Amino acid sequence: MRDARGEVKRPIGLRLWLSGGWLALLVLAALCAPLIAPNDPLMQDLFLGRMPPFWMDGAEPGFWLGTDSLGRDVLSRILYGARLALIVALVAGTLTCLVGATLGLIAGYYRGWPDRIISRFVDIWMAFPPVLFAILLIAVLGPGLMSIIIAIVVIDWTRFARVIRAEAMTQGAMDYVASAQVAGRTRFGTMLTEILPNVLPTIVALLTLEMGVAVIVEAILSFVNLSISTDSPTWGGMIAEGRTSVHQAWWVLVFPLITLFLTVLSFSQLGEGLKDRFDPVLR
Amino acid sequence: MMYEVRDLRLSFPDMAHKPLIGAAPRLEVLKGLSFDVPKGAVLGIVGGSGSGKSTLGRAMLRLLEPTGGTISFDGTDITHMGEDQLRGMRKRFQMIFQDPMSSLNPRRRVGGIIAGPLRLQGLDGLTGRVDEALDMVGLPRGFAQRYPHELSGGQRQRVGIARAIALRPDFILADEIVSGLDVSSQAQVLNLLGELVRDLGLTLAFISHDLSVIRRLCDRVLVLHHGEVVEEGATAALFDAPQAAYTRELLGAIPLPDPHQTWG
Ligand SMILES: Nc1ncnc2c1ncn2[C@@H]1O[C@H](COP(=O)(O)OP(=O)(O)OP(=O)(O)O)[C@@H](O)[C@H]1O
Ligand SMILES: [Mg+2]
Repeated sequence: MRDARGEVKRPIGLRLWLSGGWLALLVLAALCAPLIAPNDPLMQDLFLGRMPPFWMDGAEPGFWLGTDSLGRDVLSRILYGARLALIVALVAGTLTCLVGATLGLIAGYYRGWPDRIISRFVDIWMAFPPVLFAILLIAVLGPGLMSIIIAIVVIDWTRFARVIRAEAMTQGAMDYVASAQVAGRTRFGTMLTEILPNVLPTIVALLTLEMGVAVIVEAILSFVNLSISTDSPTWGGMIAEGRTSVHQAWWVLVFPLITLFLTVLSFSQLGEGLKDRFDPVLR
Repeated sequence: MMYEVRDLRLSFPDMAHKPLIGAAPRLEVLKGLSFDVPKGAVLGIVGGSGSGKSTLGRAMLRLLEPTGGTISFDGTDITHMGEDQLRGMRKRFQMIFQDPMSSLNPRRRVGGIIAGPLRLQGLDGLTGRVDEALDMVGLPRGFAQRYPHELSGGQRQRVGIARAIALRPDFILADEIVSGLDVSSQAQVLNLLGELVRDLGLTLAFISHDLSVIRRLCDRVLVLHHGEVVEEGATAALFDAPQAAYTRELLGAIPLPDPHQTWG
């Protein structure tokens, strides 16, 4: 009688392996940056300026990905930059998710006046152009790690709120919710034990996507020089600097750009992959 | 009496006709129903689509609060009882839902689905009770480890029945519970329900638009039309000599098979 549907376990899949692998590598690099970075990321040496990466003629041993115009080691700066990128991704992503998903869940499940208040708030919020909003916020709060995180949360919670609200509404109309009420579960209990597990895959997918967005926002803010103090290395700051010398030293621009791209891609792919894994119907 | 329903009224705000400013007009769905459900009875509730059958059922289980009239359950007035008070009574009246896919949480295993209400009502010996409930609905005990999507429609509906009877309720409402199933599973599920009602001494309200099913299963019938009771009576009498014009219309529209034929 036991049919095949129950037995099939899909392999974890290349997508999860690759994206998870890249992110794990990045976390490792961020944690161990002082141990594995070949050079001091801030050390300038004008005699070593614009050295090419290791496979090209004229490369300087020990500077694997070359140096920038001030003679700073590109690889070491990328490794140290991963620290800031990941801190912003984790903290800002998680906070955004907590705020947005909580409000979305309440609006979508309780409906009525909580929904009217939250939805109105989201509508007004979304009328602001986000980048302008961020720059304004940072101008008021002053640059710094906290400001970036606050800016990301303040701008992006609406994305979670809207998606999770719609999802909670769909789930709330299901008979298993009525069935929980028939069994005597409280409304709050039903939200936590029946609705939340069913919107969790969407929350996870959004969360990882948001982590990618946070990395990009941090890079953009560094790019326009609104991020952390300029001497701690950031990917966005490196891209901004690399842009000015792209014809003489492309590697200063390209390596942080590739790192950024792979990281954002990995976050979104991880989310999609995890979403499938979470679903007992697809699993 | 299990249920005494008097002049029951229920209306929803009609959002489609809400004026720009001011309150939405009310959409009257139940327009003053009165009937009794004697203990041990199997009451069929029939009526066309939109006649208010599900709304009536949900009001009887107090998933909805009536806007007028009274509902009393085993002598207790539950019409406007708050959720906190109701919680203590909820294990006495249970429900089986129409769509067994949406009424079973897809993220729970069958065992958890059946045990959930038991735990909420503070019962112990959960594993034993779950096994017993699975036995009663004719599912292997191993099914406790399965997810709903791993079951067939008929098996899912058995899980829905197991969840309801595991609490040993006095009353069960079954709302169109076989309409999503193929003919042979329909017959099996109905046979099972008939046996359980007999063995456990349940009082059952069975909502259906299928008169042939009502005729076989129920000993009393309530005919609803546009939110009003047009006729109520013992099944045999109602089928032999329908009084209301609407009932005659319903009976005439549906070819009735031989009532003495048994299900396969
Ligand atoms: N929550 C609600 N808000 C507004 N109107 C509702 C609501 N629930 C039901 N109605 C309306 O009440 C009427 C009766 O609905 P109900 O579901 O009770 O009918 P039914 O007899 O069960 O029909 P069916 O046989 O199709 O299941 C319908 O016109 C429906 O549109
Ligand atoms: Mg209905």
